[in-house]
Amino acid sequence: MPNPAPTPADALAITGAVLARRAAEPGALLPILHEVQDTLGHVPREVVPQIADALNLSRAEVHGVVTYYHHFRSEAPGRHVVQVCRAEACQAMGADALFEHAQQRLGCHAHGGHGSTSADGAFTLNPVFCLGLCASSPAVVIDDRLHARVTPERFDQLLPQAGEGASGSDSLSRLRERAGVRAGA
Amino acid sequence: MNTATVYVPRDSAALAVGADEVADTLQAECARRGIALKLVRNGSRGLFWLETLVEVATPRGRVAYGPVSADDIAGLLDAGLLNGAAHPLCHGPTEQIPYLAKQERLTFARMGVTDPLSIADYERLEGFAGLRAAIALAPEAIVQQVLDSGLRGRGGAAFPTGIKWKTVAAAQAAQKYVVCNADEGDSGTFSDRMTMEGDPFMLIEGMTIAALAVGATRGYVYIRSEYPDAVATMSEAVVRANAAGFLGDDILGSGRSFHLEIRKAAGAYVCGEETAMLESLEGKRGIVRAKPPLPAIEGLFGKPTVINNVISFASVPLILARGAAFYRDYGVGRSRGTLPMQLAGNIRCGGLVEKAFGISLRELLYDFGGGSASGRPIKAVQVGGPLGAYVPESQWDLPLDYEAYAAVGAVVGHGGIVVHDDTADMAKLARYAMEFCAIESCGKCTPCRIGSTRGVEVIDRIVAPPSSTRNGPQHNRPQQVQLLRDLCDTMLNGSLCAMGGMTPYPVLSALNHYPQDFGLATPDREAA
Repeated sequence: MPNPAPTPADALAITGAVLARRAAEPGALLPILHEVQDTLGHVPREVVPQIADALNLSRAEVHGVVTYYHHFRSEAPGRHVVQVCRAEACQAMGADALFEHAQQRLGCHAHGGHGSTSADGAFTLNPVFCLGLCASSPAVVIDDRLHARVTPERFDQLLPQAGEGASGSDSLSRLRERAGVRAGA
Repeated sequence: MNTATVYVPRDSAALAVGADEVADTLQAECARRGIALKLVRNGSRGLFWLETLVEVATPRGRVAYGPVSADDIAGLLDAGLLNGAAHPLCHGPTEQIPYLAKQERLTFARMGVTDPLSIADYERLEGFAGLRAAIALAPEAIVQQVLDSGLRGRGGAAFPTGIKWKTVAAAQAAQKYVVCNADEGDSGTFSDRMTMEGDPFMLIEGMTIAALAVGATRGYVYIRSEYPDAVATMSEAVVRANAAGFLGDDILGSGRSFHLEIRKAAGAYVCGEETAMLESLEGKRGIVRAKPPLPAIEGLFGKPTVINNVISFASVPLILARGAAFYRDYGVGRSRGTLPMQLAGNIRCGGLVEKAFGISLRELLYDFGGGSASGRPIKAVQVGGPLGAYVPESQWDLPLDYEAYAAVGAVVGHGGIVVHDDTADMAKLARYAMEFCAIESCGKCTPCRIGSTRGVEVIDRIVAPPSSTRNGPQHNRPQQVQLLRDLCDTMLNGSLCAMGGMTPYPVLSALNHYPQDFGLATPDREAA
């Protein structure tokens, strides 16, 4: 069964629980954003005012942080997230060709430092600059799993089959549990 | 019945080539055969072309097999894997593999030997000996040891670690911090990652010694989000160190306290710059701060802060345990001790090579690396990360030390070495350096923010084929090259931090040493 996207009400409840636990920490914004994104898959726009309010920041400040860092995203990603390293050590082993192949194969058109999601929502392709596997290049991440020495052929074998559950396919109740929100709360 | 002890690494470079599948298959196959197995998930030895490197404990020491895939397990067991028997994948006793035997592993002495999260393993191999020695010393005596060792910042800037500590120790403040910069974003580097995944207590110990030396009670490790395994291992190590009394309110019964927290970065390369990292830790956009004030005076939350790289902190326990002279006796000139170098990119035997300063690039590339992975001639070697220069063959015999490299306009940096074969297009790599700077610039200063974008444009004009006229009038190539040099000069001298200030290193070195790749017939070399 496809994972039902969290509703705005769910997002607010989950974010509220994270804030209740962490808002008092020094420099709490990044840890909070990480936890929200780890739970919801992204940082929805509707939780920005709530976070700003809890941390006594302006919405612009929170929005500025969310959009500054490559890791945080404001839109839900595709069902599978693929990251291909584009840095020098991987380039020396054919990463440019691998990235081109991934674009074709996934129907994504990423450029520069920006990611792209395929029209059918199956894949998000993100360029990444170094995964620390520089002696086993080229390296990719598919749904949180690292793979090294990846050729285009190997890339195709590693791709999840259509219809397979994504890494973020936890049920909503599990999401709530992880965030410390009781179901129905 | 005898229990066989087998080691299968848990380093992410091993996991990325199937180490978990190897471990699972080994366990299942041993269970099926009724063999009692003790499986240890160790760190990596750093011989990455042999991963997954499986080791078996035998009476003659640990014997290595690699690269092992899950499909090899049944055959290996049939051949007598558990007795260290011969097999095409067998490399004999691990410690005698020339790549390892030729190294001088001081900081990486335990790497791949131990279970990274076992405090007992750590202590058995000198772990926490440095902290125990430090607790018995006055804070200024700890700082003196670090000063005397000659240790310089391993993150790339090579500033003397002891001087930084002395400054923080002398600062008066109710709260001081120790921050570890583990935002290892440079391509071609992985020694920080290996340390955090493979020997995390060493980093904790080094930071705790720093805290005792300067009077700090709180610390953070800022780890890049691209390293989830390092974040997980470090977090667990902190929990265990707290439980065992090596961190917390009463370190080893001394009454001194140090609380350490792991913080995850969020994919901004520039946060490897120390002031941008502080902004990020404070919950802001990672924008570079102007210096002064130095972080040692006004750092995290405006308080005096020691900031060092992972390897700098990790070098400290041994210095305290064995004395400054022991460490200082390694190395050359003003580059004392050892550097864990990382052989990466197009290299046959890529991995971690810890050697005293003074080794040449040629020795690393051929004696250790075995030449390129593709079998083609090596054309260019980028030393010191994306902001380091491309070093041509004429300079491969220079000793790797900070001053010798600086003299030729190159940097040792964090010891990352990325190899390119003769198919590399150096103009394309120079363009990439500018493009990367444009993507990652924090935007605070103009030379970096605008200069990088202009740099991409001018390189595009330089390499545009002569027949291309659709973008307007033909560009004068020598004029454009001069424009690129002027731009690099502005970035070098006008940028706030190393992001914009060092992007010209790869660009100019590519232009100076490989002019033919820019369509320049005659070497366009200014006085170096």
